[in-house]
Amino acid sequence: MKDPRIPDPLSWSVFTQGIWRDNPVFVMLLGLCPLLAVTNTAMNALAMGLATTFVLVCSGTLVSLLQRVIPKQVRIAAYIIIIATFVTIVDYAIQAISLDLHKALGAFIQLIVVNCVILGRAEAYASKNPVVNAIVNAFGMGVGFTLALLSLGIVREIIGSGSLFGIDLFGAQFQPWAVFVLPPGGFFVLAFWLFVFSLMRKRKETRAKQEEVARAA
Amino acid sequence: MTETAPVPTASPSSLRLIATLAGIAIMSGLLVALAAEFTREPILKNRREALEKAVFTVLPEATARKNFLLNESGLTPLGDDAISEANCYAGYNESGELVGVAIEASARGYQDVVKILYGYNPHTNCILGFTVLQSSETPGLGDRVETDPDFLANFACLEATLNEAGTDLKNQIVTVKNGTKKHPWQIDAISGATVTSTAIGTALQKSTTKLLPLIHKVEPEFAQ
Amino acid sequence: MQPDSLTFIFLNAFVINNFVLAMFLGLCPFLGVSGKIKTAANMGLAVVFVMLVSSSSAYGINLLLAKFNLEFLRLICYIAVIASAVQLVEMAIKKFSPALFRALGIFLPLITTNCAILGLALFQTNREYNFPQSLAFSVGAGAGFTLALVLMAGLREKLELADVPDVVTSAALALTLGGLLSLAFMGFAGLGG
Repeated sequence: MKDPRIPDPLSWSVFTQGIWRDNPVFVMLLGLCPLLAVTNTAMNALAMGLATTFVLVCSGTLVSLLQRVIPKQVRIAAYIIIIATFVTIVDYAIQAISLDLHKALGAFIQLIVVNCVILGRAEAYASKNPVVNAIVNAFGMGVGFTLALLSLGIVREIIGSGSLFGIDLFGAQFQPWAVFVLPPGGFFVLAFWLFVFSLMRKRKETRAKQEEVARAA
Repeated sequence: MTETAPVPTASPSSLRLIATLAGIAIMSGLLVALAAEFTREPILKNRREALEKAVFTVLPEATARKNFLLNESGLTPLGDDAISEANCYAGYNESGELVGVAIEASARGYQDVVKILYGYNPHTNCILGFTVLQSSETPGLGDRVETDPDFLANFACLEATLNEAGTDLKNQIVTVKNGTKKHPWQIDAISGATVTSTAIGTALQKSTTKLLPLIHKVEPEFAQ
Repeated sequence: MQPDSLTFIFLNAFVINNFVLAMFLGLCPFLGVSGKIKTAANMGLAVVFVMLVSSSSAYGINLLLAKFNLEFLRLICYIAVIASAVQLVEMAIKKFSPALFRALGIFLPLITTNCAILGLALFQTNREYNFPQSLAFSVGAGAGFTLALVLMAGLREKLELADVPDVVTSAALALTLGGLLSLAFMGFAGLGG
């Protein structure tokens, strides 16, 4: 059993952990609220992913820097204050960059603060590892989250609006399947991806079992 | 293999807990205040640009705009930055003549409130057009109010004449079923998007009833 | 019905723009606590209470912040208030019903990170509701949340006896059910005129 007091050595897996093996959405099922709400277009999905990554990295850095200063009893409250700070900053930044984007993402920018991914990473990793590791891991988690958001956003936008990042793909004859950019569509597309990944995992397991049987024979 | 015994940590005093939280709170407050200050100018600039674009969309002949606050007590000119306090924007052409007034209106649509900015010419008593400021209507259905050419044709000159006493509209603006428009003060709804079309009509009706009599009363004050 | 009337605001939050099925708020407990109807109903009740407390506090805080021009501190203050409200509810449940406390488990303190509560505070601020409207909004939102949870729990209880293929994970199944419920609730659009 790994002693939790020994921090991870910096390695490639610290970064990739958040992308595939422990993807915050598809494996840990965290951060679902913004996932379904802002993925009606690929652009919104990308913007939300970048904003969340920013908050992840900044809060992870600060939490890691202050890990010896924050007493255990008030750590959750402290983490939440830190996360709320960076979320507010990102909110102002988005307003300064593009009011249209801010309107499209709406209240969900501020809801980044209750995205379980960020608090979860602060508690599980950033508070126990050196700053560089924390930054790399947070960045990896952010990338994983953004990829998940994009996987939904791209599918929903193509089927539901016939466009990608605002660029019309199919021309005027295409009758978009509007339900996919509406709330039910979000549920269905996520369920579909989970189903696909579960199928892939099952296939990997059966193949591994077959190899084992073949080796034993 | 020997397991090192966990080192017992002394429980920190309440003072230490409060002091740490307070310190973090102060640091957060400072960071946020800095960010707010830093982004104040760009945000104001964005808002101003968005407003300009909207006003010039609904008043196509205008080249300059001024902000005003219009209420029962009269017309108050406001500065260029007073975007959120203003509820009425006057558009002037190159010769400085008033080409129209842009006003905000809103009504409940299919999903949420639909906010529009519409242009009104007090000389011709026409509503010249509108642009959607905020809407979460169904893509492909409700949001067609912004693009459908037949719907937009309603606004070539949507009649909004005052009655003799100048206290209300002679004929209330109303949205009618697709294909049944008979009068210039009616809006022909988009078939399949009745709720959103009705929302536009309701927004205009509410706003014109309240503000158009006032506009006519203070019209000379708009002159530059 | 007038769009600013209390009845309409309640109906809107309850079914027309249901917090879970239309606004995507509160999904973690929606997927996590909807295994049994009784637990779901109790979770819903706890959430309604936290929502009422948070909504009133948020209204008060907003007035104060606006007075001193400190709007940028809004998010931090809201989240602090919500965390305290949850702490209060947790202590109350632990004292009055230890069995319920055990049944809700980790999901009780997780109400703090429940987007529905913060979302409630943020939406009511954005829409500039006055105090009675905020209360109607929070009761409607809490009731809507409970409704969605209980419906989901009812469906999942039935499905436990069904023959579902192995490959379909419980999460994928729950999400598909959620999608169907969301589709059904779309029928409420336009209610109240």
